[in-house]
Amino acid sequence: MAKMAAGVRPSPESFLAKAERAGRGRLKIFFGAAPGVGKTYEMLTAAQAAKREGVDVVIGVVETHGRAETMALVQGLEIVPMAEISYRGRALSEMDVDAVLKRRPQLVLVDELAHANAPGSRHPKRHQDVEELLEAGVDVFTTLNVQHLESLNDVVARITRVRVRETVPDRLFDLAEEVEVIDLTPDALRLRLAAGKVYVREQAERAVRHFFQPGNLTALRELALRRTAERVDSDMRDYMAAHGIEGPWPAGERVLVAIDERPGAAALVRAGKRLADRARAPWHCVSIETARHARLSEVERDRIADTLRLAEALGAEALTLPGGADVAEELLDFARRRNVTTIVVGKAKRTRWFALTRGSVVADLVDRAGPIAVQVMAGDGETAAPKTVEARAATSGRRSPGAYAVAALAVAVAGAAGLAIDLVIDLPNISLIFVPAVLLIALRYGAGPSLAASLLSAVAYNFLFTDPRFSLTVNDPSNVVAIVFFSLTAVVASSVAARVRAQTLSARSQARVTAELYAFSRKLAAVATEDDLLWAASHQVALMLKADVVLLTASRAGLVIGGAYPPEDTIEPGELAAATWAYEHDEPAGRGSATLPGATRLFLPLKTSRGKLGVVGVARRAAGPILTPVERRLLDALADQTAVALDRIRLGADVDEARLEAETERLRGALLTSVSHDFKTPLATIMGVITSLRSYGGLYDDATRDEMLASAQTETERLNRFVANLLDVVKLDAGGVAAMSDEIDLEDIVGAALRRAGGALGDRAVTLDFPETPLVALGDPVLIEHALVNVLENAGKHTPPSAQIAIEGRRDGDGVTLSVTDDGPGIAPEDVPHVFERFYRSAGGDRKTPGAGLGLAIARGFVEALSGTVTVETPPSGRGARFVLRLRGGRAAGEQGRA
Amino acid sequence: MASSAITVLIVDDEAPIRRFLKATLAVNDYRTLEAETAAEALRLMRHLPPELVLLDLGLPDMDGLDLIREIRARSPVPIVVLSSRGEEAAKVAALDLGADDYVTKPFGTDELMARMRAALRHRLADRGAEPVFSAGPLTVDLARHLVTLRGAEVKLSPKEFAILQELVVHAGKVLTHRHLFRAVWGQDDGDQTSLRVFVRQLRVKLEADPARPTLLLTEPGVGYRLAG
Repeated sequence: MAKMAAGVRPSPESFLAKAERAGRGRLKIFFGAAPGVGKTYEMLTAAQAAKREGVDVVIGVVETHGRAETMALVQGLEIVPMAEISYRGRALSEMDVDAVLKRRPQLVLVDELAHANAPGSRHPKRHQDVEELLEAGVDVFTTLNVQHLESLNDVVARITRVRVRETVPDRLFDLAEEVEVIDLTPDALRLRLAAGKVYVREQAERAVRHFFQPGNLTALRELALRRTAERVDSDMRDYMAAHGIEGPWPAGERVLVAIDERPGAAALVRAGKRLADRARAPWHCVSIETARHARLSEVERDRIADTLRLAEALGAEALTLPGGADVAEELLDFARRRNVTTIVVGKAKRTRWFALTRGSVVADLVDRAGPIAVQVMAGDGETAAPKTVEARAATSGRRSPGAYAVAALAVAVAGAAGLAIDLVIDLPNISLIFVPAVLLIALRYGAGPSLAASLLSAVAYNFLFTDPRFSLTVNDPSNVVAIVFFSLTAVVASSVAARVRAQTLSARSQARVTAELYAFSRKLAAVATEDDLLWAASHQVALMLKADVVLLTASRAGLVIGGAYPPEDTIEPGELAAATWAYEHDEPAGRGSATLPGATRLFLPLKTSRGKLGVVGVARRAAGPILTPVERRLLDALADQTAVALDRIRLGADVDEARLEAETERLRGALLTSVSHDFKTPLATIMGVITSLRSYGGLYDDATRDEMLASAQTETERLNRFVANLLDVVKLDAGGVAAMSDEIDLEDIVGAALRRAGGALGDRAVTLDFPETPLVALGDPVLIEHALVNVLENAGKHTPPSAQIAIEGRRDGDGVTLSVTDDGPGIAPEDVPHVFERFYRSAGGDRKTPGAGLGLAIARGFVEALSGTVTVETPPSGRGARFVLRLRGGRAAGEQGRA
Repeated sequence: MASSAITVLIVDDEAPIRRFLKATLAVNDYRTLEAETAAEALRLMRHLPPELVLLDLGLPDMDGLDLIREIRARSPVPIVVLSSRGEEAAKVAALDLGADDYVTKPFGTDELMARMRAALRHRLADRGAEPVFSAGPLTVDLARHLVTLRGAEVKLSPKEFAILQELVVHAGKVLTHRHLFRAVWGQDDGDQTSLRVFVRQLRVKLEADPARPTLLLTEPGVGYRLAG
């Protein structure tokens, strides 16, 4: 990052940067929030434009995923053939960097910057290939999703519950000459996903479902836009620095991130980087090496090293500083020397014991930092307790030497009080003054210190109150007995009190566990889908046990991950084997158990009385036993709860399915009845007329013959309509209503519908009321016309011939409404909720109105397929019925259409 | 409009349909030829070129649309397509490939006759007849660019007239949106909004009740037709 010089000269760094850049190729990144926004498409469009301007463009590697529109844009661009790498017997294709270098184009297109190359390729990551190309002076266009940025990896994982492993260092992103955000609103993206225009890996179905929730997409979109804005900011600063323009921002902010061996360090570093970027400040990452560090395990040492490397990759100056016992002082010293303005540390999770003996770095820092700000960041995703030993120490008694000191102090105070009283009154049982002290110590500190207190009291009593005073000798033998009995009393009292205390502590911890279990079960009870349940459960269990948790459920392909915290998508085969064993044998397996102890996780089966549901896997990053017996019991309780909740959800789903089946059966039955009746009736007429005319044709007069033929024609038309309705119903059921999204003039469609429904409406008066400017709806003209015809025919069937039909069209916010109102007898209240059901016909009389009861159901089905609604209501006049169709609105005529 | 013995080729694989079509056409002074398959149809057309083809889209040996292509490659003979219900896409495709009109099964014979007449009229117009069209109170004189409604002249914008002209020239036949775009704007495709707007304006100027048109009819999903 270019720094500002004191005057307004362009900074030397910016000159250097410019000189460095002179020989390099320029990188343009097409940046998006999610797959499917159209990055590759835009990249290709830009490439075609460049080609038209005479730039020598080739394609290094482009993923079209079979999309026709994208493939069309590839036409006419030269493609450098990919290199074939054979890996484990399979042939994989990767971009051929050498071929591109040999070809030496001006510009090369390289899709998916975060891609990991097949082993055997020159570089493990494609972005390294790209860097090589840039070094050679070739310009590069590439595409990237926000979740692949190193600094945002955590944040995105938390949002989408999927951790992406292929990452691109931020350095490359910031280095790019140009970053173009390909932005698509979450709604538009979901439409594209529904239309099948987004490529997703087969196995990632579940992740995809969650990934494409509107909330997620909005968050990702914001992330992408913000990250790019940060870049624009820094571009602006670079520009101003290069041209010697002084900026308005505060100079001299600096950030220091202090890390240690605990697991949350990586997240702390990323948080520190975000803070530094927001403050537009340089930052450092420091680990203070104290004597304690010599005793760290390999894992912990590696962790520190990795964290420092990560910090460097993200742009910090990473240092390890030697230090003494006072870590805070070392940090502050460094901070003052380097003019650090903010120190970032992780939240301390040490026990009191640790804090008492070794001090709390955070507390010291806060105390002594002076003008330097100290930010204490919550450990995000920090899951492991440092050592289970420490955890245990927290719950048992506080056997610190401090307790004994306090015991001695209490005895001294009691003794002094006794002496004071003795001066005033002569009490024979002054020994009792020590009992409160002993009891208090027992209640506060437990058995050990209280025992010490009792013995000390006995000694003090002897020393202070028995003759000869202030000496440990005893003159009177009865005093010895007194002392002895006093000691016994004190010991018994103290042990009773200590036991009471132990029970209180145990009861309290039980209560806490119960409260947590209760909170857990309440949380689970609120969850409605299986997917959400498994995620919530893993999250809760991980939090409660402070471990990494993964929940596997049974599917046709074996055990699959249902939920995990921290988010996981895949599981190693070794782990899966242990999990499968646990599932099949209904016994624990994995680390710490008798079976497959080499696995990193311990797997416990999840089951209820109805059967097996899955497996829960627990891992701790620290070495040693995964779970203490107490935790193990807690885990069992949590697992049982989860199993029960899972059972509940599955049973609910079963009930829904059973209900659906019953409903389907009912419809099928109704269909058969309806078909047989409604086919046979018109056919009977037609058959009758034809056979009659054939046999007796000559005997009829012309008028009669004409009448009979007319009725046969009417019946044929009726049959035709019925068949049409049936076909529509079948089409709706099969989901085959692929609706178009055309712009439709509603008045136009109403006119067409009136023509078609003319016969059914007969001589009824029809009035139309539409606004001056054309009312435009978005949808399929044929479907809307059919729906309208059905509604009109329905009106014709259920109103007397003198009825009036009023059709009105209006704008309604984003959409349009079309209402058909008649002033006939209206709909009976008991029929209203069933009006749109299939095969429902009002029980008015002996089914006097012909028809299968399908018309309105079809109308609703069609309109709903167009994302609209159909409802029925009573008109304001109180008479008749009104059917309201709500449709999506299109652009009004007169607005600019797309070119 | 029946001239002396116009020959109609009936292409349909259903015998009952061929029978009643033959009878009906005969009564209306048409001569008929029958073909059961596409191959037979093409063969007949080579030897005895008909003046109109009635074509069922659902033939056993070739997709109806392909047959239209084949016929159009050799001849401009009017084609009226017999389609099943709900095949809007196929109808539009057929029309764009060169068919003149369609009737949807089951159809009434009067509708069929009207469509056939409309399809043939266009050909007759080519032979120099009928520069003046009239339907009810509306008269359109193509040569003099004059439109009168109940004797009074109606002013139309150039685009409006162009659309009306096209519809009049093909009176009775359905014209797809694409056909109108090509004819009026010279492009293959375009913004349906503008077309809609012009048709609406025409209706306002020419129809008794613009909301319930009797002359400028909409065929939903397909295009427009001038009742003729």
